[in-house]
Amino acid sequence: MEDLIEIRWHGRGGQGAVTASKLLATAAVEEGYYIQAFPEYGAERMGAPVQSFNRVSKDKIELHSQVKEPNYVLVLDPTLLESIDITEGIKDGGIIIINTHEPLEEIKKKINIGDRDIKIYTVDANKISVDEIKRTMPNTPMIGALVKVSDFLNIDSLLKAIRKFLSKKFPEKVIKGNLNAIKRAYEEVGN
Amino acid sequence: MGKKVALIGTAAMATAMRQINPDVVSAFPITPQTAIVQDFASYVHNGMVDTEFITVESEHSAMSACVGAASAGARVMTATSSAGLALMWEILSIASGLRLPVVMTNVNRALSAPINIHCDHSDSMGARDAGWIQFYSENSQEGYDNLIKSIRIAEDENVRLPAMVMIDGFITGHSTEILEILEDSQVKGFLKENKAPYSVLDIENPSTFGPLQLTDYYFETKKQEADAMVASMDTIKAVCKEYRELSGREQPLVDTYMIDDAEMAIMVLSSTAGTTRSVVRELRKDGIKAGLIKPRLFRPFPKEEIIESTKNLKALAVLDRSDSFSGQGGPLYSEVRSALYDLDTKPVITNYVYGLGGRDTTIDQIKKAFNDLSSVAKTGKAENLVNYLGVRE
Repeated sequence: MEDLIEIRWHGRGGQGAVTASKLLATAAVEEGYYIQAFPEYGAERMGAPVQSFNRVSKDKIELHSQVKEPNYVLVLDPTLLESIDITEGIKDGGIIIINTHEPLEEIKKKINIGDRDIKIYTVDANKISVDEIKRTMPNTPMIGALVKVSDFLNIDSLLKAIRKFLSKKFPEKVIKGNLNAIKRAYEEVGN
Repeated sequence: MGKKVALIGTAAMATAMRQINPDVVSAFPITPQTAIVQDFASYVHNGMVDTEFITVESEHSAMSACVGAASAGARVMTATSSAGLALMWEILSIASGLRLPVVMTNVNRALSAPINIHCDHSDSMGARDAGWIQFYSENSQEGYDNLIKSIRIAEDENVRLPAMVMIDGFITGHSTEILEILEDSQVKGFLKENKAPYSVLDIENPSTFGPLQLTDYYFETKKQEADAMVASMDTIKAVCKEYRELSGREQPLVDTYMIDDAEMAIMVLSSTAGTTRSVVRELRKDGIKAGLIKPRLFRPFPKEEIIESTKNLKALAVLDRSDSFSGQGGPLYSEVRSALYDLDTKPVITNYVYGLGGRDTTIDQIKKAFNDLSSVAKTGKAENLVNYLGVRE
């Protein structure tokens, strides 16, 4: 892996982008990484575009500027593709993961990366979360998708960390639903 | 040794408060307050601390309640941010004038107008002359450590002054990072009994608090306060040394990076020091003799350490995350220039006001400041002493 991995999450207020970055950080800590997880705060309201960020490194992280050139971009809501440039600053060799039910080829038409070396993956995290958690909550399955397409975390430690994090607040049924959703997204993400 | 945990910055501060277990916490619980007192309220509710938690209708009242409780001899803490600190202002100097060791976290955020919720240091720099000890923290680890140290320093019989510990709003306050926390028992063992010399509740030995002092004694009282602030430096150093032995963390009052052979350096408080350190590391790979100076303490002003850290430099840029609107640069700049003024050899000192209202301070901005500095170092002259970094003009 690279010395410093930077991740940007795009979502809409209420979809759990901020929680996703915290959960990912928690999982990375379990594997001995140094981490940062921080949201971009502005006008906080349901449905408004929001971003949150992660830094992950084997070394101490000293940078305290915003993430401008992410290695990974995760999009929790495909309608954001029509209103903001989710590719902004993404590094060459970077990876974009979109939560969508649309076929990959349709989604690719909406993302302008030209001939750059950037891989696009899709996963239907909405459907997975409705099936497994009984509500539309795409954030946890998206972490499963990220773990699949990246090389810095493994799925078992992710599941362990998520269980620990969610058990503070949620009953076993919800925890299991989230874990199943993560496993399914891990299997179903593709390009 | 302690254990590593991933916490958001405000939770790190609340954790320190839980371990400190103050007698009284009084706080205004609504915006611009942060999650520090929300977390702490849950510790009170869950019986994890013995604290009397007083919620009040404003920060003015919060600090007033702190003054009352501290006058009784209680260990007292609070937390605030931005306009909250501004609203406390009248009572800040009562806490220090009465020599009450109230300890507070201030999560640094901009002042209105325009309305803004993001990080800058205008709030605490507005309180720099209020007679409070001031620590600035690069990350939540330093915030946590500074808060625990501050209790010992403030309550020391040779100090008896209030202390505020700053963490950067959002950048540190709302960011999840890893820090190492001490065992509860280690914190308990580190703190000493808070021996207040007088208490309003000591009816056997009645005493008057906050009496009228006009032209007769006010000046002498204030001089004692000024002397106490200067003298507190010895206690601060002793407490920091003891804390280093406990925690294993080396945290000098003025921290430096690659300064020994540096020709130029940036001096900056809090989280931007981390970004600057990574820029220095990068510049050093290209053979550029850059360095970083990071004061952790601003009140009392660590003059000797500042002089020592700058003695080999040709050019120094002091970064201020607040403006004095004076045409003479920000508060850190003024003090550093003043501290170096009498030296025969000193660097050319320039100022950059940066990051107001949370404007992102990027690697490129820091590189620009170093780029400017390298020509200052070469020519021995600065085109502009006071500059603004990252503003659109």
